[in-house]
Amino acid sequence: MADVLVVAEVAEGKLKKTTHSAVTFAQKAAATIGGSFSILVIGDGAGKAAAEAQGLGAAKLLVVEDASLKNYLAERYAPTVAAVAKGYAVVVGTASAYGKDLLPRVAARLGAGYASDITEVLADGGTLKYKRPMFAGNAFGICSISTPIQVVSVRQSAFAAAEPTGGQSAVETVAYAGPSKAAERVEFVSFDQVKSARPELTEARVVVSGGRALKEKFNQVLDPLADVLGAAVGASRAACDAGYAPSDLQVGQTGKIVAPQLYFAIGISGAIQHLAGMKGSKVIVAINKDADAPIFQVADYGLVADLFATVPELVKGIQAAKG
Amino acid sequence: MKILVPLKRVADPDNANKVKIPASGEKIDTAGLEWKPNPFDEYALEAALRLTENGTQPKVRAGEVVVVTFGPKETETTLRAALATGADRAIRVDATDDKLDGDLVARALRALVEKEKPDVVLMGKQAVDGDSNQVGQILAELLDWPMATFAATIREEAGALLVGREVDGGVSTLRVKLPAVVTVDLRIVAPTSVYSLKTPQTHKYNDGVRFAALPAIMAAKKKPLAEVKLADLASDQATKVSYHGFAAPPARKAGIKVKDVGELVSKLKNEAKVL
Ligand SMILES: Cc1cc2nc3c(=O)[nH]c(=O)nc-3n(C[C@H](O)[C@H](O)[C@H](O)COP(=O)(O)OP(=O)(O)OC[C@H]3O[C@@H](n4cnc5c(N)ncnc54)[C@H](O)[C@@H]3O)c2cc1C
Ligand SMILES: Nc1ncnc2c1ncn2[C@@H]1O[C@H](COP(=O)(O)O)[C@@H](O)[C@H]1O
Repeated sequence: MADVLVVAEVAEGKLKKTTHSAVTFAQKAAATIGGSFSILVIGDGAGKAAAEAQGLGAAKLLVVEDASLKNYLAERYAPTVAAVAKGYAVVVGTASAYGKDLLPRVAARLGAGYASDITEVLADGGTLKYKRPMFAGNAFGICSISTPIQVVSVRQSAFAAAEPTGGQSAVETVAYAGPSKAAERVEFVSFDQVKSARPELTEARVVVSGGRALKEKFNQVLDPLADVLGAAVGASRAACDAGYAPSDLQVGQTGKIVAPQLYFAIGISGAIQHLAGMKGSKVIVAINKDADAPIFQVADYGLVADLFATVPELVKGIQAAKG
Repeated sequence: MKILVPLKRVADPDNANKVKIPASGEKIDTAGLEWKPNPFDEYALEAALRLTENGTQPKVRAGEVVVVTFGPKETETTLRAALATGADRAIRVDATDDKLDGDLVARALRALVEKEKPDVVLMGKQAVDGDSNQVGQILAELLDWPMATFAATIREEAGALLVGREVDGGVSTLRVKLPAVVTVDLRIVAPTSVYSLKTPQTHKYNDGVRFAALPAIMAAKKKPLAEVKLADLASDQATKVSYHGFAAPPARKAGIKVKDVGELVSKLKNEAKVL
């Protein structure tokens, strides 16, 4: 069989948008290997979430619900995902924290090869090759996987969210395969959610990111700008390490990868690890008081200025321009 | 507590002359790059040292930290440095970088874990050359052990670790009973990130990793460093993922400097049309 299985991501009975990037991959990969794709929706409220996956062109929506799936643990999810995956040629999820945690475990269970964070799928005479960034985005490697089942995670910013194509997918309920032995020794304790009314970093049209320079004034300075732009807020590692911004906002090689229409780097020097997470943005604006900061090498518009004076001025300017 | 820390030597991408790729695209030319330990593994080593001591008396070791690398003879420099920082013992599994993939490293580590019987395998969440982020998860599955990936905090409890993990949308806290696999994230080396049962909760570490003092560097030369053949740990040395070529990322052309906020707003509105 040459079919593709998408592992959906579910949170609180909703399908997470990350899923749609994996679906876009699946549409392309299935076309290359001449098969169909199905979506596995596993987790608390999976049935409800699966309804949101209707119309994306999947052959089947496979739904797994069980009380013990309430709080995600790889040790509980991997056996079921692997059991379902056995009928497929390619298993794909998105390289979110969830996908990066779960998919390698699934691959190991299947004895399958795993390629992470891929940005392109290439058709090479019916076989699949994958392009993936390495060395903090300073190189791309083209790889292939030799096992009968291949497991991959895709970079969300590199695969546009799948649009509805219409049609209904058949819904099948799949039994929960039970936890692995390892699950007996892991306990979910808590999830401290950073609540924000702003758009998700990885999905926002505009991202306003701040660096170490903002210090304790991180929110005070950036919030008005993010508000006027309807933007998501991001941060450099240094700003997260210092506690000026929650770690979940880190943009970079080892943080979130973003590619919005418009990206502001404010008081960020532009280390390669930061660039790795944002240089796919369409338009980049940098504000930095150091004219030689490396961020200016990738910025479309650079402004050498003190950010504390400039950002409030910019907020007023944008307000005026938007009328 | 006995902790195994897998440590990879990487060509540091954080380097002025950066990664070069020959026109043929057959390899990544790392000649101009500096070799250094994978930063995440250095953090894992620091966390392992914190878990095997009372932070107020770091010279007294309380437990065993074993570092292991897969690589050629030259990687022994990296292992010696780890010994100087405080690891007790080192193992080099003789291997060539481009003949390994995450799966093979994990399979070999599994065999090593079965021999060494550590309480914890503590390692980086990803190696910053391949940026693969998979060995820890694969190893945990092969061992059928619980795991806590992307750890930002670790508290030792009796027979368990309480781990705060950086995930999308916040921090997820898990309790893993030992033995377990833990992969670490950047902030694991913050002053209050890791506490052994011995370290008072009021203790604050210096930010970052500790450095080896000169006498420790000398003493490290006498610490045991064993060499193991890859074949002794993995009978099947075939990789599952193979690379066929490499390419440089598309260059982003530098833009312009604007003179003031007015010009910036006008450019964003009229030229880039993004407002
Ligand atoms: C393994 C590893 C992984 C990493 N992953 C990431 C990652 O995912 N994301 C990431 O961002 N980093 C990452 N880093 C860290 C990265 O190397 C840099 O250290 C970090 O990005 C620097 O953050 P920064 O630009 O805020 O701080 P700095 O480099 O200190 O820069 C601050 C900037 O602010 C400017 N400035 C100061 N005051 C003002 C003012 N008043 N007005 C205007 N400008 C001002 C300065 O000129 C300077 O350019 C990683 C590092 C390692 C080793
Ligand atoms: N060649 C190697 N030698 C030792 N440890 C390794 C090696 N390759 C990977 N690892 C370990 O696996 C972790 C994750 O690597 P990766 O999955 O390749 O990104 C690293 O942080 C190391 O701890």
